[in-house]
Amino acid sequence: MSATGIGAPVRRKEDFRFITGQGQYTDDVTRPGETRAVFVRSPHAHAKIKSIDVSAARKMPGVIDVLTGAQLATDKIGNLICGWMIHSKDGSPMKMAAHPALAATKVNCVGDAVAVVIAETIAQGKDAAEKVKVDYEVLPAVVDPAKAQAKGAPQIHPDIENNTIYQWHLGEKKDVDAAFAAAKHVTKLDIVNNRLVPNAMEPRAALADYDAGTDNLTLWNTSQNPHVARLVISAFIGMAPEHKLRVIAPDVGGGFGSKIFIYPEEVVCLWASRKVKRPVKWTSDRSEAFLTDAHGRDHVTHAEMALDANGKILALRAKTIANLGAYMSTFSSSVPTYLYATLLSGQYNIPSIYCEVDAVYTNTAPVDAYRGAGRPEATFVVERLVEVAARQMGIDPADLRRRNFITAFPHQTPVIMAYDAGDYNASLKKAMEIADVKGFAKRKREAARRGKLRGLGYSTYIEACGIAPSQAVGSLGAGVGLWESAEVRVNPTGSVEVLTGSHAHGQGHETTFAQLVSERLGIPFENVSIVHGDTDKVQFGMGTYGSRSGAVGMSAIVKALDKIEIKAKKVAAFMLEAAEGDIEFKDGKFTVAGTDKSAAFGDVALNAYIAHKFTGAELEPGLKETSFYDPTNFTFPAGCHICELDVDIETGRVDIVNWTAVDDFGTIINPMIVEGQVHGGIAQGVGQALMEGAFYDAAGQLVTGSMMDYTMPRAHDLPSFHVGLTETKAPSNPLGMKGCGEAGAIASPAAVINAITDAIGTEHIAMPATANAVWAALQKSQAPKAA
Amino acid sequence: MYNFTFHRPTTVRQAAGLLARNPDGKLLAGGHSLLPVMKQRLASPSAIVDLSLVEGMTGVELKGRSVVIGAMTRHADVANSQVLKDVMPGLAAVPGSIGDPQVRNRGTIGGSIANNDPNADYPAACLGLGATIITNKRRIAADDFFTGMFSTALEEGEIIVKVAFPVAKKAAYEKFKHPASGFALVGVFVSKRGPDIRVAVTGAGSNGVFRVKSFEEALKKRFSPKSIEGMTIPASGMNSDIHASPEYRAHLVAVLARRALAKANA
Repeated sequence: MSATGIGAPVRRKEDFRFITGQGQYTDDVTRPGETRAVFVRSPHAHAKIKSIDVSAARKMPGVIDVLTGAQLATDKIGNLICGWMIHSKDGSPMKMAAHPALAATKVNCVGDAVAVVIAETIAQGKDAAEKVKVDYEVLPAVVDPAKAQAKGAPQIHPDIENNTIYQWHLGEKKDVDAAFAAAKHVTKLDIVNNRLVPNAMEPRAALADYDAGTDNLTLWNTSQNPHVARLVISAFIGMAPEHKLRVIAPDVGGGFGSKIFIYPEEVVCLWASRKVKRPVKWTSDRSEAFLTDAHGRDHVTHAEMALDANGKILALRAKTIANLGAYMSTFSSSVPTYLYATLLSGQYNIPSIYCEVDAVYTNTAPVDAYRGAGRPEATFVVERLVEVAARQMGIDPADLRRRNFITAFPHQTPVIMAYDAGDYNASLKKAMEIADVKGFAKRKREAARRGKLRGLGYSTYIEACGIAPSQAVGSLGAGVGLWESAEVRVNPTGSVEVLTGSHAHGQGHETTFAQLVSERLGIPFENVSIVHGDTDKVQFGMGTYGSRSGAVGMSAIVKALDKIEIKAKKVAAFMLEAAEGDIEFKDGKFTVAGTDKSAAFGDVALNAYIAHKFTGAELEPGLKETSFYDPTNFTFPAGCHICELDVDIETGRVDIVNWTAVDDFGTIINPMIVEGQVHGGIAQGVGQALMEGAFYDAAGQLVTGSMMDYTMPRAHDLPSFHVGLTETKAPSNPLGMKGCGEAGAIASPAAVINAITDAIGTEHIAMPATANAVWAALQKSQAPKAA
Repeated sequence: MYNFTFHRPTTVRQAAGLLARNPDGKLLAGGHSLLPVMKQRLASPSAIVDLSLVEGMTGVELKGRSVVIGAMTRHADVANSQVLKDVMPGLAAVPGSIGDPQVRNRGTIGGSIANNDPNADYPAACLGLGATIITNKRRIAADDFFTGMFSTALEEGEIIVKVAFPVAKKAAYEKFKHPASGFALVGVFVSKRGPDIRVAVTGAGSNGVFRVKSFEEALKKRFSPKSIEGMTIPASGMNSDIHASPEYRAHLVAVLARRALAKANA
């Protein structure tokens, strides 16, 4: 391993500009003549729009235009769409309601945009927005997914009965019911997976610039996948032909899924820029972000697990109601279905699984993929069931897991996934050693002397990453392929640019991708640049989400590098006057086998471009190759997290005192970056378990609409993590990578709740397990009480 | 934020004059409560009178048997004051627990007290020590100053100049932080100065900071957690929100009072 190659903990190249405030985010981009968009948003969760009067707003100083949904319709700007078709169990297609970028006749959640002011400054735009008169007829709202389908519930969209988008299922119900009937033990749980607000550090933003001379549109936006944004805005929304629309996602400050989607604001900025013939910029403020960024999770589930007398799992069944909010966001339909139910086998050999999912509309912000997307929800169901079953049956929770681990690969689960590699015993064993599980009883006694109840919780999770084989997801309803592309451009001086369809918004691609190139070509790490996020520069790409940039994005780079090596060998053969088959490439040097004749990589690159050593008939000049890589399977990162915590008996306050994470991510390019990803993921999962939760009141107002009420995890809420690794290579991609971006957020909520319930002696506690909630649970439990 | 005129007087008299001429003007003492609501366009004062250049309004001094703190003294400076740490560390701990470093380096004691946020920390210390709030017009006892949620005895044009805290032999503050905001979900300040025993609670009451007379009475026998062991306060009158029920807040008052007493005796 070289100092900057695969496996080296290289410091991140991109951090210098980020830490010194020199990153270039969308809001940092300015265009001559730029105007600002200020949205007029509904204060009501559910209301008919009787009229909108913009006349007073138009007369305000600095106002260039005020636009409404009626004009949007007149201009035939298409609705936002959800790009993954799900069919109900009766075969009917999902019911996607119209989602105009500006509501014209009805608003369906607080924050729904009804008009936009285009003004010289934000302050002028805000002044004018206050003068837009909207006459609403307020309707009753429904915010709770469990109540959305009830008789008499407010109906949100016309012709969509009972607010039900689809009633989907997966697995064989008959087999599962038979297994339950024969089971010695059945564990049942009612689980709510709490709604989360993503809260990326950089809020969403869009800057649209229409060039009347060329009729071209350019959009700078905070996107995790600019090419997909261009495709959707062009093909479905009809804003401009694809070749007349350029999308640039420059530095992006965190996404966690929330920036995958196409949002109303970027559509409106593009449309408005063409109308006013000036650049139009919108940058979300934090309040708007809380209201309008797609939220995550929000499942209500009843789940059951059947076991035999020896603690062997026989079957699992789950019925979930998934809240998709007021409109179907871009990939929302896939999250509670193919990204959720397909993971309900966990790390276990479960012969039969059946899952039903109803997706419903409510008068809340749209819900879509958020770090883990479906897989945290699945892991929480499986790992809570396993834990509770073990306690009920008097079996050690680690032991019950061991009795059910899948140990032979490949393993076909009853819910589509074919696990290809893993060693679940190894990660459990290593985690138990690092966490000193043996010493837990002693530590528990010691904590009790300080008035604390100590608990320990496991989460042996699995996820499906490296999203995804295009044909497979196509057969499941995806509207796009999920391959990735790479172009490797070797310059005449031997430096390299890699153009990737992956997009970095915190992942450190500029470093890890360069490490791969440095290792493969034997050139200095500093001589490699990574280019991404601009549809005019990069060939089509699918972007970054679902822990796919390593397993899929880097595999595309590997394939392009393979082609570079082949071409460079041809050039070297001419230079060294040898047969192409005799050229060997190692450590940045081309050598004629069995001789001391060699040429350095840089010399070969130069010769590829000056083309003096070969004729045009013999070889094309240049050294640039492209690859489109489509994976053959998902990857299956897995591992074991162990949370140890103290509950203060008097106050219910939870302090996490010890966290162990042992993950199997396959091949690792940069262990420091992987560790950072694990840390961040755990922080998000702990946030979900202990603190975070988006709450709407009955009228549909977001109660947790600011950082004063929505609790984000802070550094002081978390201990120093003990992070370990095991490794089985992913057989489906050339580097053997599995992906690490979501694991922490997937594993950790169950570990925390398993630990709390272990400490206080209850079966379950709802997330977020706030101090108040834990205290209230303690009052009802058998655990020791405060004096 | 709406437009406003910005004034920077250098004397209390000038500041009072500016307030008189701008009836809907606001004093800026630190701004951590005022500026966010202005940015959200929920407050629209026509004038801001910034007190940061007014002379003689900062500092922590020991005067006789009182610690006198200038109204514009920042939380960080009070928390780090050696004078205060020497005579009454229990009071220094109060500003030390407020918000985060950014807040502590801008927010001031006068701003906090004048705002009387029902979850703020300083009101508990003022009431829990029987402080005197000194304005440009008069001296107001803490018992008379805090009149309800976001409401005080201050009159139009009245400016807090300093706050005098009698030095108590025993004093301590125990706070259970609101998980999101860092304010006090519940905070309890206890003190003993001769026969004067005080237990003041912030964060819990729906009418702002209050004293727990039943605890104070019980503590007259002995200033010790044991004296209030098993005692509770009723949940009625407690705040209720998504972070804490009235029952939980009432429970925390008793727990934190015991912990504060233990700390004060340590």
